[in-house]
Amino acid sequence: MLPPDPIPTERADGTTMDIIITGLVLGGTYALIAMGLNLQYGMARIMNLANGEILVVGAFAAFWFYTAAQVSPLLTMFLVAPLAFVLNWLVYRIMLLPLVRRAKSAGQLEVDSILVTFGLSFVAVGLMLALFGGDYFSYSYLARPVRIAGETYGLNRMVAFAGAVVIGAVLYLWLERSRAGRAIRAIAVDPKSARLVGINVPKMSALAFALGGTITAVGGALISTYLTLDASSGVIFTLKALVIVIMGGVGDLRGTIVAALLLGLLETFVAAYIDPGLTLAAAYLLFVLILLFRPQGLFGRKA
Amino acid sequence: MKRRTFGAISAAAMLMATTALADGHAQTLTVGAVAPKTGPLAGGAAVTYWPNVRLWVEDVNARGGLMVDGAPHMLELIEYDDQTNPGETIKAVQRLATQDEADIILPPYSTGLNLAAAPIFNRFGYPMITSSATVDDPEQLVAQFPNVFITLGGASPIVDGAVEVLSNLRERGDIGNRVAMVNVADAFGIELAENARPAFEAAGFEIVYDTSYPLGTQDLSTVIKGAADSNPDAFVAWSYPPDTFGLTEQAQIEGLNPPAFFTAVATAFPAYQARFGDSIEGVLGIGGVYADGEAFKEYAARHLEVTEAAPDYWASPVVYSTFQVLEQSIEAVGTMDNAAIIQHIKDNSFETVIGTLDFDENNNNASFWTVGQWQDGAFKGVASTGREGAVDVRVRGSN
Repeated sequence: MLPPDPIPTERADGTTMDIIITGLVLGGTYALIAMGLNLQYGMARIMNLANGEILVVGAFAAFWFYTAAQVSPLLTMFLVAPLAFVLNWLVYRIMLLPLVRRAKSAGQLEVDSILVTFGLSFVAVGLMLALFGGDYFSYSYLARPVRIAGETYGLNRMVAFAGAVVIGAVLYLWLERSRAGRAIRAIAVDPKSARLVGINVPKMSALAFALGGTITAVGGALISTYLTLDASSGVIFTLKALVIVIMGGVGDLRGTIVAALLLGLLETFVAAYIDPGLTLAAAYLLFVLILLFRPQGLFGRKA
Repeated sequence: MKRRTFGAISAAAMLMATTALADGHAQTLTVGAVAPKTGPLAGGAAVTYWPNVRLWVEDVNARGGLMVDGAPHMLELIEYDDQTNPGETIKAVQRLATQDEADIILPPYSTGLNLAAAPIFNRFGYPMITSSATVDDPEQLVAQFPNVFITLGGASPIVDGAVEVLSNLRERGDIGNRVAMVNVADAFGIELAENARPAFEAAGFEIVYDTSYPLGTQDLSTVIKGAADSNPDAFVAWSYPPDTFGLTEQAQIEGLNPPAFFTAVATAFPAYQARFGDSIEGVLGIGGVYADGEAFKEYAARHLEVTEAAPDYWASPVVYSTFQVLEQSIEAVGTMDNAAIIQHIKDNSFETVIGTLDFDENNNNASFWTVGQWQDGAFKGVASTGREGAVDVRVRGSN
């Protein structure tokens, strides 16, 4: 009897180009998950543990409109965005602003906001269960192959990647070039000094927080076209977003985008050349290495 | 102010006490149910567990309640969310037994939460007819907790079922020897993959691709590309709900359409059919039912009517059948004497929506569905350990 063939541990004919594209596309998904939290944590200084629930709300809206009325998630996005903006703005004004006002230090605000948003995440999960039920939100949208350089990719993932690129680019330009964007970056650096140069800090923080929630909800709508979620999936996304924001450097959008792409590439390379079972281990190894050697994150400023 | 509040509270308490007394004439039994409404298993419980709990209570009450002590008793349901956390399951069962004084406690959802709750069910002496636990060594479990019953089967019969189905396809010349196998890297996926590896090889199959991926992996395209590159005759995935969806979609995108395609948990879910439509014709999966049997058809129609959702084609009817066993035993015994009810379950067989349920000396239901296949819009059982109504497995057309 012949010995069995060795089990292949790497792709037989996988090109490096294919792995890079797959990795970048996964990185785009991660950027959609994390960019909103960067605005909320980095700029508005609210460590929002209910971030993932906002993403699930966006995903559910896309699912519901698609299954009930065949409305494309790409259109639902434009309905989700203003609603998410208003909702997050209200959450900030009503629940978080009092914490900001009474906080004596950045550390105290961080602890307080973690506690409040942790509670908020449970409220959000409970509300979603009551309203939508606990079943999976699962639908098929643009699940068609597209061929790029001889390899196939899911069209829905490509569309989400394009969405991530557009959102990331517009947000970056807005933060760099516009007056409001500069004001938001100023409060990210130092809210006390920002006040001295005439920036309305509470207003700008509310804007940053609401915008962060909007981006997360829109990201959720895009992601729902290829991931299967349920009402309590949010925490997975919050954790991933947190890791990416800290890796990239709190308060710097470029850092978040670079960290997201890096993580996507790393996970895909590990899956293709070593073992798909080790992707999570590799991701957290990278996280630990960055915390050890660059604790402020890739683009972070030294405290 | 304080005094007034106190007054209001005592007035409310007195009012409640009087209503309780007034209600005392219409006799009731308290039914407790503990399972995930949040956490990782909430999605599965929302499909398989909770609708059946509500359906059963509704069905029993619609018939006029349970006959206990010579009088009909309506059922009153108390639901607790255990957050998919075994510690919370145990606490909730304890609360049901001691504070809520539940007459009936339904077993929790999933293998892990059932195993965690078995000691506390045993301590309070409630019968525990599990319906969503896959247990490989029922003898040992039941020796320790003689109030526990097992209906859903274990990992090794499921693997045997999958091997049998693929062997049948090979004997007919529909597929060759090459199997690509992947599994989710958690207790369920690892155990099934470990059982499957030697079983496939013993049956003369060649495992040409074998890998695992972490729970919650958001991009399975590398896994599917790896499997596709190995050019398999059969693709077998020991997967959980989100990845069962992800693997199927990615396989369609990559054009991985081998003549045998098997995914595990959630293949039998209505949401799987809703998402993929006709493209899943011929897909194999874990579980199955006698889909053309009258008992299942009636049950499915009633499930849809009462809960506004279709049942799944595997564990849903099993969950309901265990409630039927409990119901029939309680009425046969005629009192809420749990020890007598447990003995009655051991000694008798029961007609249920999945057919006859008869527990062996290890409190184990030895005949259950292992593999099903989507055929003409329904997920039909193709392999079982002695259930009636299996249909012939079909080779999957290329689409």
